[in-house]
Amino acid sequence: MPQQNKLLIVIPAYNESGRVGDVVRDVQAHLPGAEVLVIDDGSRDATAQEARAAGARVARLPVNSGYGAALQTGYKYAMRHGYARIGQIDADGQHQAEYLPEMLRSLEENDVDVVIGSRFLSEDGHYSASRARALGIALFGWIASKLTRRKITDPTSGYQVLRREVAEFFCSEIYPSDYPDADILILLHRSGFRVREVPVQMRAATNESMHGGHKSLYYVYKMLLSIFVTLLRPRSRAQELS
Amino acid sequence: MIDLRVRLTMIGGSLFLLLVIIDLVRRRRLKEEYSVLWVVAATLLLILASWNKLLEWLTVAIGGEVLSSTLFFCALLFVFVLLLHYSVRISAMERRLTALVQEIALMSAGSAETDEPADDAAD
Repeated sequence: MPQQNKLLIVIPAYNESGRVGDVVRDVQAHLPGAEVLVIDDGSRDATAQEARAAGARVARLPVNSGYGAALQTGYKYAMRHGYARIGQIDADGQHQAEYLPEMLRSLEENDVDVVIGSRFLSEDGHYSASRARALGIALFGWIASKLTRRKITDPTSGYQVLRREVAEFFCSEIYPSDYPDADILILLHRSGFRVREVPVQMRAATNESMHGGHKSLYYVYKMLLSIFVTLLRPRSRAQELS
Repeated sequence: MIDLRVRLTMIGGSLFLLLVIIDLVRRRRLKEEYSVLWVVAATLLLILASWNKLLEWLTVAIGGEVLSSTLFFCALLFVFVLLLHYSVRISAMERRLTALVQEIALMSAGSAETDEPADDAAD
């Protein structure tokens, strides 16, 4: 039975030894009542051991399957164990857990389904992306903003909190296996979910293992195609999809 | 000048192929990443069939005589590339499948957490 106050924090991790332990402790410090689940995406280092030592539950994927698949594993866990709300945070230390309580409050107070922590919403997000990447984020953020009629400034941010219904939606085949991105936000909007951004500050990324491939032509092609076919599909209420 | 019927067939076929690909992606029967090679192939064939000067240049470059043969040659080349691509993907999948199967076997033998590194990274 879903309980009103059950909260799961999902941390997908691939080769984040030396970083994931700190993230787990950071989350525990700011959300002492939450269950922390680290999804070890087939890491070749001590990620799983470190996460366990820090007190997190660890689900280990035997083969590396990508950020999206790891995240979806977390959603499936949340569904099977009846969590009412799910938070997700990167394992590389880029996201600061201190914003999680504020994001969760925003979820309730604004009656939305997804809250995204955006580093670009405020002027001093303390994040410096490479020019090509910043351009890509800006472009698809703009497209997502136009299509959802909401202000989307950080479409690739994996720093989010969501309601159970959204995680359930993501447990279907609808959820693409790649990194969450602008096309997902558009899909959420067309499926009747309400999305909102809040400003957060992020630390500089110390390694880019999760975020590769955002500058390439192939990425642009894939995103445009994905957004295009999302628009071709009929709008649907989330309840009709199962 | 290339035979008009061949040209129309190629153009019509390429356009039809593009529509089929987009629809398959829309219906989630085809993943976006697999669609890339197909879209490139269909687009290049479309360009070759439409742009006579390019087709003529290419025919001379490969030492061909008949323009329509060049189109068929290119289509065949794309098929080889696509098949090779699938062979590579299938090889990767087999490795991952073996790793999964082994993991299940190890679980049944009673080791709940094995820290063996995985064989393959996702593409």
